[in-house]
Parts: sequence; C-alpha cells; structure tokens
Amino acid sequence: MKKLLVLFLAVLMALSLTACSGGKDNEPTGETGKVYYLNFKPEADEAWQELAKKYTELTGVEVKVVTAASGNYETTLENELGKANPELTLFQLTNDGALAVYGDYCADWTGTAPYSEMTTHDFDLVKDGKTLGIGYCYECFGIIVNKKLLAEAGHDISEITNFETLKAVAEDIHSRAAELGFDAFTNAGLADSSSWRFSGHLITLPLHYEGVTAKGEIKGTYLNEFKNIWDLYLNNSATDPVANNTAGDEAEAEFGTGKAVFYQNGSWEYAALTGNYGMNPEDLQMIPIYCGHEGEEKAGLCSGSEAHWAISNLVSEADRNATIDFVNWVVTSDEGTTMMAEQFGPIPFKSAKEPANVFFAQANALLAQGNYNVSWAFNYTPAVNDFRAGLVTALRDYAQNGDWSVVETAFVSGWNNLYNQEAE
Amino acid sequence: MFKKKKANAPAVGAHRSKLITRPMRKMVWIFLIPTFLCFIIGFVWPFASGVYLSFCEFKLIREALFIPISKVKDVFVGFSNYVRALQDPSFRKAFFYTAEYAVASVLIINVISFFLAYLLTLKIKGSNIFRTVFFMPNLIGGIVLSYIWLLIFNGILIHYGTYLTENATFGFWGLIILMAWQQIGYMMIIYIAGFQSVSEEILEAARIDGATKWQTLFKVIVPNMMTTISVCMFLSLTNSFKLYDQNLALTAGAPVITTAEGTQIKMTEMLALNISSSFGKINAWAKGTAQAKAVIFFLLVAAISLIQLKVTRDKEVQQ
Amino acid sequence: MKATTKADKIKAWALTIFLTGVSLAWAMPIVIVLINSFKSKGSIATETFKMPTAETFVGLQNFTNGITAGNYNFWKCVGYSVIITVLSVSLILVCTSMAAWYITRVNSKFAKLVYTLCTFSMIVPFQMVQYTLSNTANMLHLDTPYTIPIIYLGFGAGMAIFMFTGFIKQIPLEIEEAAVVDGCSPVQTFFKVVLPMLAPSMISVGILEAMWVWNDYLLPYLVLDITKYRTIPIHIQYLRGSYGSVDMGASMALIILALLPVIIIYLFCQKYIIKGVAAGAVKG
Repeated sequence: MKKLLVLFLAVLMALSLTACSGGKDNEPTGETGKVYYLNFKPEADEAWQELAKKYTELTGVEVKVVTAASGNYETTLENELGKANPELTLFQLTNDGALAVYGDYCADWTGTAPYSEMTTHDFDLVKDGKTLGIGYCYECFGIIVNKKLLAEAGHDISEITNFETLKAVAEDIHSRAAELGFDAFTNAGLADSSSWRFSGHLITLPLHYEGVTAKGEIKGTYLNEFKNIWDLYLNNSATDPVANNTAGDEAEAEFGTGKAVFYQNGSWEYAALTGNYGMNPEDLQMIPIYCGHEGEEKAGLCSGSEAHWAISNLVSEADRNATIDFVNWVVTSDEGTTMMAEQFGPIPFKSAKEPANVFFAQANALLAQGNYNVSWAFNYTPAVNDFRAGLVTALRDYAQNGDWSVVETAFVSGWNNLYNQEAE
Repeated sequence: MFKKKKANAPAVGAHRSKLITRPMRKMVWIFLIPTFLCFIIGFVWPFASGVYLSFCEFKLIREALFIPISKVKDVFVGFSNYVRALQDPSFRKAFFYTAEYAVASVLIINVISFFLAYLLTLKIKGSNIFRTVFFMPNLIGGIVLSYIWLLIFNGILIHYGTYLTENATFGFWGLIILMAWQQIGYMMIIYIAGFQSVSEEILEAARIDGATKWQTLFKVIVPNMMTTISVCMFLSLTNSFKLYDQNLALTAGAPVITTAEGTQIKMTEMLALNISSSFGKINAWAKGTAQAKAVIFFLLVAAISLIQLKVTRDKEVQQ
Repeated sequence: MKATTKADKIKAWALTIFLTGVSLAWAMPIVIVLINSFKSKGSIATETFKMPTAETFVGLQNFTNGITAGNYNFWKCVGYSVIITVLSVSLILVCTSMAAWYITRVNSKFAKLVYTLCTFSMIVPFQMVQYTLSNTANMLHLDTPYTIPIIYLGFGAGMAIFMFTGFIKQIPLEIEEAAVVDGCSPVQTFFKVVLPMLAPSMISVGILEAMWVWNDYLLPYLVLDITKYRTIPIHIQYLRGSYGSVDMGASMALIILALLPVIIIYLFCQKYIIKGVAAGAVKG
C-alpha cells in the first residue's frame, strides 16, 4: 500500500508539473477576438448556430456556439471554466445561486454598448456594485384563464379582481362541474414534472410580499396567503387532493382540451396551448395569482428572468470585446432581434421586436396600468432542489393529514436551514 | 473481486520462457503502453487527483489542480473536508440507510437464489427454461429496470390512494424488490455452479448414512459450499453499497422530510447518490468535501473487498 | 434411484408447476410494460394491470410518439449505444488481451506495476473518480461516442486484464515457443496463436464488458456532450427525470424498444451469456 501511495503522488506531481508548464496567461491584445458561447436552451440551438454563422459571414469574427442540455448546463459550464486555458467567453447565469459560484469569473457589463441598449435593469444580476449578468429575456407566469369556458359558466374575467372574487368564481364552477362538463382548476399534481409549478413558482408570492430581494433567512409572514391559494387549487379541481400525484402533461391536457378554466403556468406554455392543443389565442388570458394579500387588486403577473448573459473575465481583452460586439449585434440587428423574439419572447432592449405570444402583451398591459410586478423572489431559494423536494413532501403530507404546520416548517425552517448551510 | 490464489498455482516463472519473452520486451510499445496510457487517463490520474482534491478547497478544478506547486498551500486545507464530510448528517444518514438496505437485500437475495438454485439442480423438467427466465432481468440496465418497477409499484399503490415516493418504507422495499428481481438470477447461476461442484461421493455417503434431504442439504451441501456462499454474499454486499442508477431512477432520495429544526432528510438516499449530489452544492468547500466523501466511500468498499478476500481464502484452507 | 416411485413423480411435477408459476411471475413486469405500451397514456397510471379495451387501445401510437419524444430521435440513441458498446468492447478485448499476454510472459517491474494497479482499480467505486474523470475527459475532448471508448478502456481495463491473465496462465508455453521457432514475431505469435486460444475467454470478457457499457448511465452522462449524444439509458432518464411533461405511453414504448434487442440477443446466445457471467463472478 505504501509503495502505491508513493507512486500515486509521484504521478500526480509529474502530471501537475507538465500541466502548469503548458498554461499560458491571456494573450496580448490587438488581434481580433473570438466568441465562444455556451447556450443553455437546447430548443434554441439551431437558431443560435444560424445566427452565429451569419455574424461570421458579416464580420469575419469566429463565433462558436455550444449548447448544454438543461440538466447538464452547470456541469458543462464548470468544466469549460475549469479548463487550463478557458476559451468560453459568453455564458448564462441562471440565478443568484449561480452568481455566487461563478460571479468571480464574470466581467462587469456596465458601460458596454449592449448594457446601454437595455430598457430595464430589473432583471440584472448585480454583485458588489458590478453588473455581472444582464437579464436578456424574461418570462411571466400567473393563472391562465380559458375565457371561452368562463363565459360558458356564466362569468366574465372582469369579475376577478382579488382572491375573494377568484374564489367565488372557482367555487361556483367547481360545484357545477358535473353539469358544465369542466372544472375550475387543472389538477395541482405533485409529481416531479408538475410540482415545480408550486414548490418552485407559487412560492414567489409569499416571498415577494415578505420583500425577499437577496439571499437570506425568511420569516414566512405571508405563508397564509400561500395556503389560501393552495387550498383553492386543491379543493376546486377534478382530482382527489389526497392521491395527488399527477404529472405535468395531465394538467396541460386538462386545460388544453377544455376540461378546466384555470391553469397556473407561464408564458412558455403558449406554444403548447396554441400549437399542440389548437387553442385560440384570443381565448387565453393570464391573470395575476391572487392570494388574499392586502392591496393585491393592483398586482401584476410574476415576471422575471432565469437567463442572464455573463462575460468571462478569464479570456483576453480582444475576446471580451469581440463578445460584447456580438451581443450588441444580436440585440440591435434585424436578424438578431427577430431570432430573439421568436425564441425568447420579449427582450428588454430598445430595438426588440414584438413577439406573437399574447401573455407578454398582457403582462405589459398590467404594468402600464400601474400594477406592480410580482418579482421572481424564488430566485433566492437556497439549494433549490432540496428545498423543493422538502416542500413537496410537506404539501403531500398536508393534503393527507390537513396539518398546515408541516408546510410551515418545511418552508420557513427548511429554507433557513438550507440558507445557513450555504452561507457556511 | 480478487482472484483466489489457488493452493496448487504453478510457481512463478512456469508461464514464462526466454524464447518468447526476449523478442516481446522490445514490443512493450505495442502490447502494453496503449492500454497503460488509457489506464492513466481513465483511472490512475482521476484517482490520484481525486485523492489530492479531497484535501483542497476550490470552486473550479483548475484553481487546485493546474497550479504551480508553490501555490498549492493556498488551496490545501488538510483534513477539514473529511471532518465536514463525517459531520454531514445527510452523509451519515445515507450510510446507515445503505447499511440497513445492504443487510436486508443480501439476506433476501441470497436465501431466495440459494433455494431456487437448489430446486433447479433437482433434475426436474424444464429447468433450463426456468434458468433462462430467472436470469433475464440481470441483463436490463438499472435505469430501465427502475422505470419498469415504478410503473408496477405505482399501479398497485394508486388503488390505496398513494404512490411510491410518498412513503420511505415503500421506497425501501421497492428498492429491495427491484434489486432482488435483478440479482437473484445472477446469484442463482453461481449457486448452481456451487451445487454442481459438491462431489457425488459425499452425497452418496450421506445417502448411505440415511440422511434425509434436509439433513443432506444443511449438514452436507451447505458446509461444502461455503466458498460459493461467501462469494455471493460479498458480491451482493458490494453491489448494495455501490447502488446508484436504481436509487436515482426509482426514488432519487424522496421523500424529503423536514424536521422541526428545519433539517431536510432525504429518506431514501444511498451513499453513491449522496456523493454524486454533493458535487452540485454551491459552497466553496462543496467540491472538496464531496471528493472527501468519495474517498471515504472508496475506503469502505475497499475494506469490504479485502475482508472478502481474507474470508474466501480462509474458507479454502478449511476445505 | 433406479425405480422412481409414484410419490417422487408427483413431487417432481408439483415442483415443475411451482417453478412455472414463479417463472411467469418473474416475467410479468416485462409483460405488463408490453401491454401498457399499447394503451392510451391516460389509462396507464390508473389501470396499470388491465388489458387494453377498445377505448384505451391506441395501437402503435405510443411507439411513434416515443421515437421522437423529448425532441430527440430514439434511433439516434440506439445508434450511439451500439457504436459506443461495439467500439469500447472491441478496443477493450484487443488491447487488454495484448496487455495481459505481455504481463504474463514478461517479468518486468513495469508489467508487475501495471498488474498491481489493475487489481487495485477493481475495488474502486465509480464515485471516487466521477468528478475528476469527467473533467479529464472534457479536457482531452473525449466527449464523443467515438472517443469515449478510450475512457471505457481506461476505467474497465482492470477487470479485463485480470481475467485475461488468469486465462493466459493456463495456456501451455510450448505452442507459443513453436511459433517463435517457426519465425513468428511477437505480434504474429499473438494474433495467430494466442488469440485463437483465447476465443472462449474473449466471449466471456466481451459479454461482461458489453453488459456494463450498454447499461452504463453515469459515466456517459458525465462525459458525453448529451445535447448531441445520448445513449438509451441517458435518454430514458432524461425524459423521465426532467421537468418537462412525461408521456407515460411513450416511455412505456421506449422501455420496450430498449429491452427488445437485449432480450432477443439473450435468447439466442443465452448459453454464452450465462457462462460468461458465471466465469466473471468466480474469477472476479
């Protein structure tokens, strides 16, 4: 054993020596840089490749786009940045957690051309006064309403202005479900493919109202609001709340085929609903998630971003500048903005093109009326997967035993515990 | 996984001859070096750097690995990753859970496969077909296998208004049933070989002595099959400890219970899964600690293998 | 034992019937998946154990849906799985048998060292190297189906070399000596004389390695660029484990498609497979 150990150490030393002699620092500036982009949306890969090709044709600058699958993005990013000579110039920071890990390797956007092209900096990731990630697209979620069914049930969307009115309409529809042939809400399934709508997204309401804007401990002051809306979902759908393990596509199918009026989900559902299920865009409206909070009549949709561009500070200045130029071209040129509107919906840049997706227009209309945006405070969730899994177990437990304190513990103590572990 | 050293193994050198060896020596580049290089890439380097990284604190591997020797002291943190790993409640929970699972699965798998093997050596009709059927699940990979059983478990549980990941007990027995289905056929094949190696003379002697079938089985056959039994026991033991795919695909650790203090406990997470997911944490020490867990895990599995080696050897001496 | 009594006969039949029952139960999980692969996705979760009815029978629709599920063609996965398995196993068989021959015949310190390291590598669980191995593979651009066999050779060499040295030690030296006397170079000797004699053990080792590579999930998942290259286990886990919607019907169909080649090959070569596995267990 001893001999083996010595041998391993020797091999290790030899290898690490050769490796560091090969390492070279940033190349001198002055030459044309290269762009190397790590995309994290597989469905947009083709569009990015085409755009990159076009840019190279136009300018002669080399643009390489690599796409990581959603489940594999972080590993790929870590490997790319971890290389002896990292070539990656542009990548994504998904949220605050990613900022904590990769922030050290990002350059500041402030003062760059694309930065001044932006219409809002609400979605940016900022650390120590430096803008390290710019939110280049955003999404919104809320309660998607099938207005046609709502009218069939004898109600109108203008009736719904807060939790009380939402509840009244939902309970009326649920009580007449057999007669109407459809129910109020789609099932609030807690299977993995569906539960993120609640353990991931719905939690943003109590967090937003508590004023969570950074990583930290929470008090859970507004958990009752969370209970209100969760109870409403549970008690007004066709599914038995106790055996609530249905998958995400079942809720989507219920809504898409006209079996339910309300469906909590986001702007990304637009393609599936109008495409796969052939719903008429005019029948669709996304309304704010009302949960009984004071003054929620002025609430808007929940808009936020999981997509932030970051520039690596591990590459040469030439590469960095080439990347900034490329990004600027993407958000200002006709080709770039068309592609962005098609693939990512609205983008917060001055030259952005209007996307077809009606949900964004509805989100913007609410903001234009002076309603407040419900922020994506869930972006500050510590150890996201663990937190969500714990909350889902508690929500199941609650559905079966009716003890809400289990949810409170999982939500508040669970959050704080995970936060403290991360902050350690 | 060690080869047993045969008592009558030929003396070293008997399988070497200068006539053959001399021209071969020059050919090391063709015969040995290509494999050795791949072995360095695929094992030696990852292993050695893994041991080293378990003593470091770093976010990106480059910060600890490809640096001048003089800078190593900046990332070197001694045993603190090990301390953290051993103090991690989730790691300890995963250890005990894995141990509990290992005991149950080793017993169940070995008892059933032993008796199936016994029945199949009784010269009954169709034993070849039975053998074929029992062995088949062994060829199915862990991921696919898990989804087959997930369908069945949830199909049964839905009638009771529940599902597999709701209850840790379901998850535990689910994993046991799944692994039993996969491994019994395999162990059975080894046991059959064991049964067949028991010499006819001993059996004949037992028969003449008037032993009943059960007496023959437990007093004559079993003592003569101790080597086979210990091979199978250890094989299923190491398999239990290394279990990953099935754990990931069947429950992925769910359900996650939150204690009153707010600690999340993954009720069905085993060691390998715990280590794999530890690499994904965001703390500065996360990677190093995960690697330290991996080293501890390695020592554990290695210890089991070494004990196996010793036990099997002792058994052989006795026979 | 000459005259079997009536009671013995009855006992034997009872045993056969009992084992038939157990065998049927044993095969049942696969049969259930097969039945469900023809049912509509809505009825799978709720009526798992019922035969399809006129309403729930959807013909081959699950299969056509399954092929394209997750925006990734399933046949591509099959192709990559086959490529990776065939390349890796061939590489392992050729390289490790050569290495094992050298190690057995040449008494050098280097050969001994390699052999010791190989035996050692067999007790190392994958978690020990998963992080550093995936990083190394990424650094050396070994992340395609055509280069990953190098990793498989590296990580899997231990067991193969170990088994081959065991076999080679049983080959009598005289045959090789005769070849050398006839003027064969070591390479010729190996391929003309040693390799043919290793054929049975090649089958055993080949089957063991093929089963490992074909079913492996974590190594290719960490190493391959999985947007482009997915093996069957990766694809199935990806479909089921991701946040997207899970089409139960399609995943049943994919499980059947993943099982089919394995079961067919098994039924044709079961003699070799069972022998190979048993050899691996007793040697390993």
